[in-house]
Amino acid sequence: MTDTADTERGDHPREPYNGQIAGPGELAARLDASGYLADDGLATAAFLALRMGRPLFVEGEAGVGKTSLARALASVLEAPLIRLQCYEGVDAAQALYDWDFPRQLLHLRAAEAAGVTDVERLEHELYDRRFLLARPLLRALEESPCVLLIDEIDRADDEFEAFLLEVLSDFTISIPEVGTVRADTPPMVVVTSNRTREVHDALKRRCLYHWLDHPTVEREIAVIRRHLPEVSERLAGDVARAVHRLRDADLLKPPGLAESIDWVAALAALGAHELDGDVAARTLGAVLKYQEDTERVRTQVADLVGG
Amino acid sequence: METGDAVSAVVAFAGQLRKDGAAIPPTRVHAMLHALGELGADSLRSVYWAGRLTLCASPEDIDRYDRVFADFFAGRTPRPRTRITVEPSYQLVATPADPNGTGNEEPDDQPRQVATASRQEILRHRDVADLSTAERAEVHRFIGLLAPSGPQRLTHRIRPAARGTVDPRRTVRAMLRHGGEPAELRWHRRARRNRKLVFLIDVSGSMAPYADTLLRFAHAACRARGGTEVFTVGTRLTRVTRELRAREPSAALAAASAIIPDWRGGTRLGAELKEFLDRWGQRGTARGAVVVIASDGWERGDPLPLAIQMARLRRLARRVVWVNPHRGRAGYVPRTGGMLAALPHLDDLVAGHSLAALEQLARILGTDEPSGTAPPGMVVIDA
Repeated sequence: MTDTADTERGDHPREPYNGQIAGPGELAARLDASGYLADDGLATAAFLALRMGRPLFVEGEAGVGKTSLARALASVLEAPLIRLQCYEGVDAAQALYDWDFPRQLLHLRAAEAAGVTDVERLEHELYDRRFLLARPLLRALEESPCVLLIDEIDRADDEFEAFLLEVLSDFTISIPEVGTVRADTPPMVVVTSNRTREVHDALKRRCLYHWLDHPTVEREIAVIRRHLPEVSERLAGDVARAVHRLRDADLLKPPGLAESIDWVAALAALGAHELDGDVAARTLGAVLKYQEDTERVRTQVADLVGG
Repeated sequence: METGDAVSAVVAFAGQLRKDGAAIPPTRVHAMLHALGELGADSLRSVYWAGRLTLCASPEDIDRYDRVFADFFAGRTPRPRTRITVEPSYQLVATPADPNGTGNEEPDDQPRQVATASRQEILRHRDVADLSTAERAEVHRFIGLLAPSGPQRLTHRIRPAARGTVDPRRTVRAMLRHGGEPAELRWHRRARRNRKLVFLIDVSGSMAPYADTLLRFAHAACRARGGTEVFTVGTRLTRVTRELRAREPSAALAAASAIIPDWRGGTRLGAELKEFLDRWGQRGTARGAVVVIASDGWERGDPLPLAIQMARLRRLARRVVWVNPHRGRAGYVPRTGGMLAALPHLDDLVAGHSLAALEQLARILGTDEPSGTAPPGMVVIDA
């Protein structure tokens, strides 16, 4: 993957994404070919993000396919995927770069043993690029064209957003000892959020905003069958319809697309060819993640699978 | 569509969205034009997506966008939405407090000099519902000075410290500076952070005398500690955190009251709390947080949904503090259905009806231990 990406970069040093894809329709078709079914809105959003060189901010319930979008885009663009998983307390040293102190120290000791006396040169060597540990953001700028996935930004502290905003506005990072790193081609950036908190407006303003909703029944069936081709259409359809009913059932945690796929996989593993009350009740754990939800649904399993 | 036409249409459309309350800076309008340029403005669908991806920043924005888009591009002249301007329930009073107009019960024949100090003291303990406008303004000034400093929690983040565990990175860096000689050891430890603080303030009719004061208290908390979230409940759940970010209390309150659609309406506490938990609480806002609910628990409907949601909140939040202004009355016994339903799930039940009570609330929010203000058994026996 990285090898092909490297040669690609050599062949098309500038704007490698542009010109390849003519419009949202073509992007949707290519995503489809790589196993990701994007609807009109999402394809348009991703297309514009590519063309306008802006990050794509995808927000939506857990399990609607935000992270897989980035993966699919990377495969369509034949570019490496670089992922920054956000968590509370993530900071510049984990997102940007860090110096490899132990190696610097070894180098220093080795130089001492060899009797090097040119202090200036030694110092210069110590802060060489090879002692720099590139974290995801720096790697993305250096390896661009690539797809940079900034996953679950809502988990990071809000101070981190301000920092991210700076990097995403001009795609440069300045390292005092080394100089400025600039991406020739801005990476395709996908920022995801589960909306556990409101991300600051300034960051969203830099991005194209897309709210990713649960798919329609037809699309959900298509996605399930894409992921599990060996499963019968009947089973995929039964599950997609049942999951849609569950989403309207006012649960604590409505199931996402990922849960429907899990559920179908669980049913298929049990050898089921359609969804009936008995097998549904036995596999509810694949789709419902709260005890309260399971209790409620268990009493009405007949309604769930009926129709 | 001619380019000039497109530009003026987009600008007019953005103007219509702004009229409907959307915050759209010029850069976003520019981004929409850019997007239109990429997609081509020949189909309504392209126009729709070009705008939706650039002018919206939340699902709520998208709802509004869809509505305005349908109106605007259907060629109909958009009907001006009737917007009910709600008078904030407070007034700014420039005149100094008039000692003769202060109150009904207060003896007014005491010497003026003593009055200043003691008046403040009396004011501290008086129910805000009974205050004159001038007195209330004075109390509000004091509330602005309350800064609930919160209980803290350990974070995952590690900070340099004088004690703790050895920080290999900084130690090695220090060695590097000394030519590789082992110099002094450096230490680090896990950082501490304020716990999230979440206010749910009832703005229904029965809470009208207190809602304004409590919102001011929440504003003071917002100013004192970042990450504080404030919602109002009544017949609708409204997030006012953004509005309360303004520094000046009256400006912040005016902004908040402008977007609260249900001042002095009824209460659907159970349903509101459910909406809060579904939409915000369970996703993270209430997790590990100190949640303050300010309400008299006057629930019109069946109190059972409230009990269920309170139990859910209790499992998510670190602490649940209920502020009930009526608790300040002598011989108070929780009787309202909502209050009885909520009581088993509370850590603290405090009054919050006077300045002194709010000071106590600020103190309670500053510690991490329940204050013992809500002995669980207390109620049910009396009721």
